[in-house]
Amino acid sequence: MAVALKSSGFLHLNNPRNRVFLPRTPSQLQTSSSYSSSVKRFSPMAALTTAPTVGLSETFTRLKEQGKVAFIPYITAGDPDLSTTAQALKVLDSCGSDIIELGVPYSDPLADGPVIQAAATRSLARGTNFDGIISMLKEVVPQLSCPIALFSYYNPILKRGTEKFMSTIKDVGVHGLVVPDVPLEETEILRKEAAKKSIELVLLTTPTTPTERMKAIVEAAEGFVYLVSSVGVTGTRESVSGRVEDLLREIKEATTKPVAVGFGISKPEHAKQVARWGADGVIIGSAIVKLLGEAKSPEEGLKELENFVKSLKSALV
Amino acid sequence: MAASTCCSSTPCKHHSPSLPKPYNSSSFPSHLPLKFRKFTSRATAAATVFCTLAHDAAAAVVMQEAPPSLDLPRPDSFGRFGKYGGKYVPETLMYALSELETAFRSLAGDPDFERELDGILKDYVGRESPLYFAERLTEHYKRPDGEGPHIYLKREDLNHTGAHKINNAVAQALLAKRLGKQRIIAETGAGQHGVATATVCARFGLQCIIYMGAQDMERQALNVFRMQLLGAEVRPVHSGTATLKDATSEAIRDWVTNVETTHYILGSVAGPHPYPMMVREFHKVIGKETRKQALEKWGGKPDVLVACVGGGSNAMGLFHEFVDDKDVRLIGVEAAGYGLDSGKHAATLTKGEVGVLHGAMSYLLQDDDGQIIEPHSISAGLDYPGVGPEHSFLKDTGRAEYYSVTDDEALEAFKRLSRLEGIIPALETSHALAYLEKLCPTLPNGTKVVLNCSGRGDKDVQTAIKYLQPLLPLPSARHLRCFPSLPLSHTHDPSPLLLHSPASFDFGEAFRFELKRVSHIGMTLFGFIDGSSTDAQGMDAYCRSGLAFVAL
Repeated sequence: MAVALKSSGFLHLNNPRNRVFLPRTPSQLQTSSSYSSSVKRFSPMAALTTAPTVGLSETFTRLKEQGKVAFIPYITAGDPDLSTTAQALKVLDSCGSDIIELGVPYSDPLADGPVIQAAATRSLARGTNFDGIISMLKEVVPQLSCPIALFSYYNPILKRGTEKFMSTIKDVGVHGLVVPDVPLEETEILRKEAAKKSIELVLLTTPTTPTERMKAIVEAAEGFVYLVSSVGVTGTRESVSGRVEDLLREIKEATTKPVAVGFGISKPEHAKQVARWGADGVIIGSAIVKLLGEAKSPEEGLKELENFVKSLKSALV
Repeated sequence: MAASTCCSSTPCKHHSPSLPKPYNSSSFPSHLPLKFRKFTSRATAAATVFCTLAHDAAAAVVMQEAPPSLDLPRPDSFGRFGKYGGKYVPETLMYALSELETAFRSLAGDPDFERELDGILKDYVGRESPLYFAERLTEHYKRPDGEGPHIYLKREDLNHTGAHKINNAVAQALLAKRLGKQRIIAETGAGQHGVATATVCARFGLQCIIYMGAQDMERQALNVFRMQLLGAEVRPVHSGTATLKDATSEAIRDWVTNVETTHYILGSVAGPHPYPMMVREFHKVIGKETRKQALEKWGGKPDVLVACVGGGSNAMGLFHEFVDDKDVRLIGVEAAGYGLDSGKHAATLTKGEVGVLHGAMSYLLQDDDGQIIEPHSISAGLDYPGVGPEHSFLKDTGRAEYYSVTDDEALEAFKRLSRLEGIIPALETSHALAYLEKLCPTLPNGTKVVLNCSGRGDKDVQTAIKYLQPLLPLPSARHLRCFPSLPLSHTHDPSPLLLHSPASFDFGEAFRFELKRVSHIGMTLFGFIDGSSTDAQGMDAYCRSGLAFVAL
């Protein structure tokens, strides 16, 4: 069972992740099989609610020890609504996600294709806002066993103030951040504020990035290096470009940091192929967002989500 | 001529050594030509500190920085004007942007390019555009004692395609050809930039795709047809608010996807570096000609320059030449839509906050969550929630002043210039003209005012008809009982529609969206809040808003 396998590496008594399995109510023990299997690790140590859980790089390190490739799904917060997002996060976690990327919906998403654009529009139309997302995370993150990375465009961060943004997300237990419209040259402030709060700032490199620049990017990246698989915006594609194999090789010559590939991966075959090429992680966004957004009802969406994610995860095993 | 002095007036600054490790500053410009790196900055040590200023407005880093200074290169080598500007785009575009900058800088000093561009500007675009003394407009602003300023109009409306936009389009098309790109994309609001781009693509045999908000396409149907006639493909953008900002986002996405074959002709001094600089350089001919013409006409310089500001290209084109002439006043006029307090305007520099939009840090209109809000202006070209970063900089340094003017004031000015000078101005330009009402009474006798007549108004007559036609009296209106499933989409009759409905009717989002759609195709709608609001003025206001409704 994926969950049991994953947790076998985490036997530190001090690991506050065990707090995830502290039964708050008896009903929690019965609601999901993932909970019941993990009760064995119930530690008598009281957990601090704001104690850091395992971060992104740490997650990759542990996976590497087990020879596994990280499965990283992406969903947009608030599509179809925040409570479904909360449920979806739990489903993704229980189906074996290693890291979950949660997108903050934005009015002008430059790096996103029609699927994620539509998800953002729907979410914003429902009145989703940052405070709502934070309240939801406050509730849900303690129930998750894998770390969350937020995916946000820069303007909403600036509006709050970078420092305030970082402390707010840190307080609810977010581990990482991806900001797709801030190039390396402009990341100085972000990196500084993120570092103060131990938030890992993931940086992106793409097929159009010249090698020298790629090296500078991977040097500065934290958590993992996000390799964009194709020249374009997010969106499902028929196949993954062969260039990814070469790019992965080049990046791995430049750094030992983990590299996750994203954009366009929509089928188990894609995930398998990318893993075979040497990726440390596989990010799947639009395919999942589409499922949730186009489902006839949130419940159906969550069901389809579970099936789809299991098929993707099995391709990586 | 247009871009010849670029490199000498804004020397490329060598990388600041204060960039933190591990990013090795010398590794970045490695692909730039050697001569680029030899440029030394004439900026002082203060500039070094400047570069590492907190770009984040809210993370107020207290450093020993000089206040924004006009003596520093605009922009610096990072593409910043003070803290504004920069390149906030997905990584995929970064290389294309630096490639573009390199090409631009090399062409700027290339005499063949200059000669080719000058020839096209003269023979195809029709430059130089006249500086026209508006005699009757001047007379209109004379005070009872016979004193008043002298108003001159810089006739960018006489350019081929009827606006200033072509200056930039022509130069960028030439640049694209030099870069070997065969496919051109552009965004457009009013359609003027789209028409200018389609025009130059026809002229140079390039494939042309224009992104236009679906709402804008309805407002400016004439321009859509023109673009298609010129051989361009016009793609409607339905996402977001379906206006200029969404068309710009979609164009940027297209560029991200097709960056290897495509050049993006951005229409204004907004967007990521090097666009604000490039577009300004291609429009600065407006200011250069004005200086020459002013000297010829009255042996001096203009005292006040006035221009409308949407993204800011025509204003930058006029102002740039004179920014270092401290005795010349620079005035930009934005759109206040229904009024600055109505929430329906596009007065970015007056009511906006600093943020990042479409690649640049600048003032922009946003809500409390940092979401970009939909602006409103009767003129599609000013209906942009951002503004060029250089304007943000000029505002902060106090070098330029920015005001705003409502839809109604613009319409009045539209009529006024038509009547007084026989020139029908674009609604965008009408905003600048409207500001003269407030400005002229304050100006001493003989002050030379040059206003950039940035476009002609033929494209706006349909909009003007809708707003300037007298409202039909109430009794002749049709009545329609309205229920939750109001079939507005089936009514094509353009006569006024009166709506009665039960108090419990849900004027929710779907209904309001329908209303907006209907008001854009020319229907006039009336609504009542209560019986006392049925006076003509109240009805007028409701009619204009199109959304203010309720039940009887």
